[in-house]
Amino acid sequence: MSTLAIDAPARDGAAVSPARVFAALLRRDVRVAARELPAFLLRTTLQPVMFVVVFGYLLPRMGFMSRGYTSALLPGVLAVSLAMSAIQAVTLPMAIDFAATKEIEDRLLAPVPTWLIAVEKIVSGMIQGLVSALFVLPLGRLIMGPIPGLTLAHGGEVLLVALLGAAAFSALGLLLGTAVAPQQVGMMFSVIVAPMIFFGCTYYPWRGLDAVPVVKYAVLINPLVYVAEGMRAALTPGMPHMPLPVVLVMLVVLTAGFGAVGLRSFYRRAIG
Amino acid sequence: MQAAIETVDLRKTYPAPKIPGRRGPGPAQPTPDVLALDGLDLRVEPGEFFGMLGPNGAGKTTTIGILTTRVRATGGQARVDGVEVHAHPVEVRRRIGVVPQRPNPDRALNVVENLLFHAAYFGIPRAVALPRAQTLMERLGFADKALAKTDALSGGQQQRLMIARALVHEPRVVFLDEPTVGLDPAARLELWSLLRELHAQGRTIVMTTHYMEEADQLCDRIAIIDRGKLLALDTTAGLRARAPGGTMIELALDGDASDVVDAALALEGVERAEARGNALRAFTPRGGDLIPALITAAEARGRAVKDIQLARPSLETLFISLTGRKLDA
Repeated sequence: MSTLAIDAPARDGAAVSPARVFAALLRRDVRVAARELPAFLLRTTLQPVMFVVVFGYLLPRMGFMSRGYTSALLPGVLAVSLAMSAIQAVTLPMAIDFAATKEIEDRLLAPVPTWLIAVEKIVSGMIQGLVSALFVLPLGRLIMGPIPGLTLAHGGEVLLVALLGAAAFSALGLLLGTAVAPQQVGMMFSVIVAPMIFFGCTYYPWRGLDAVPVVKYAVLINPLVYVAEGMRAALTPGMPHMPLPVVLVMLVVLTAGFGAVGLRSFYRRAIG
Repeated sequence: MQAAIETVDLRKTYPAPKIPGRRGPGPAQPTPDVLALDGLDLRVEPGEFFGMLGPNGAGKTTTIGILTTRVRATGGQARVDGVEVHAHPVEVRRRIGVVPQRPNPDRALNVVENLLFHAAYFGIPRAVALPRAQTLMERLGFADKALAKTDALSGGQQQRLMIARALVHEPRVVFLDEPTVGLDPAARLELWSLLRELHAQGRTIVMTTHYMEEADQLCDRIAIIDRGKLLALDTTAGLRARAPGGTMIELALDGDASDVVDAALALEGVERAEARGNALRAFTPRGGDLIPALITAAEARGRAVKDIQLARPSLETLFISLTGRKLDA
């Protein structure tokens, strides 16, 4: 029998830089996500893409919708893809890991503070949200044809809105994934997330709700409103939209709020 | 010398479990908090193979959980390698490897990736980790499954993957929580030889088990724990010497055994006797000689003897005398 050729445990587990551990954690999530990318994109972008087909392609051709509607629709569809991908990338794995498989335990034993492991999950969800948005943008443009007023001149602003929107929803995903039992995740998506999409100013601009003031102010509690309006401000600035500074401040506040509660919830699940 | 592990008056109380789905009239029944550790004092020396023996619910897993930074103690102190666990969890994690009670490989990764990523979480570059992972997989007998999904491994192989994972970052202290539960006898023996080898290399090993034989075979010292308390802590030989009165004779009677205790104690050579329901246990240094006398004593009290068991002085009899219950109960 050969001996176990492992060095005797004399070394004093040298200190590891947290950045390096963080990079390894992120590399793991990226590798797993890359492997599941087709299924992931299908799951998170099929619904918005079908929406584009019906409301951005079919109805305008039937004459039920004006062509100009596509300018309101595209930023909203991007927002939905971004937010839903970010939230789903985190919620489901978290819920299953903590409640059932305990697979995350090997990462919880990594020599970094526990909160850093939670932050890594948020960052990994952000990346997946951004990938989905990047996938949907050209596809939406392709399906809908030329979109009046669409400009990529404010690329920095688009990126900023996308990053903050992904962060807010990824942090929300962490909160939901650590606070909701896996059996209730499906229920939660139907009851919380689906209304969020339809009342998130995704398929119509917020200013359009001037016609129905009750709804106009009620939807302000919906975080998706700010992602969609931010996308409008950056991508189709000619259309009515919320002021970009308001959007950015709200997204920062939401990210901080969801992040703080989500991190606490993660910690509670991680340390018994 | 600094202890590898030290706990002082370690306490853990879990909040009362919520009972879901319990509805109906009447006031809600308040359930008491669960006391898992009730002032546990342990000291494990560097390089020691240390066993924690106790029935399910004794507090073994909670103790491991606290020492491995995954459970927060309610009170007391816990140190690994002199490092206070609660204050410096990151320092502790760097020094330890953990084999969990149930295998929990990262199922999104294949077998060798499980090892390489775990090493990466400890800052070990791939060039160093890969040969190390290779050696571990070969030695543990699943090198042919390196690129397989973890689901393709048998239960025993998954367990060995957990051991490889716990070793790939070369920790000083290895914790194993009931590592042989669910293994077939051959796999268990293989694991034992592996653990002996790790121990021979100078690692500190802390293992929980509720198999008496396992603790006896492997451990330098054994802590017997029950209901969150340390009942005994000694070498295996020392513990065996403490077993009361040598042999334990257990008579299964056809009725309550407590009536017979006095009669049994009156017999010459019985050092201790106790009733556990219908079972009468007598401890004696005279081996099986007392069986006829005990049967007569039971029958004199109107009890028939249904079964007789004889247990030689062992950790098992010590455990029963300390806790009043059997390990697998």
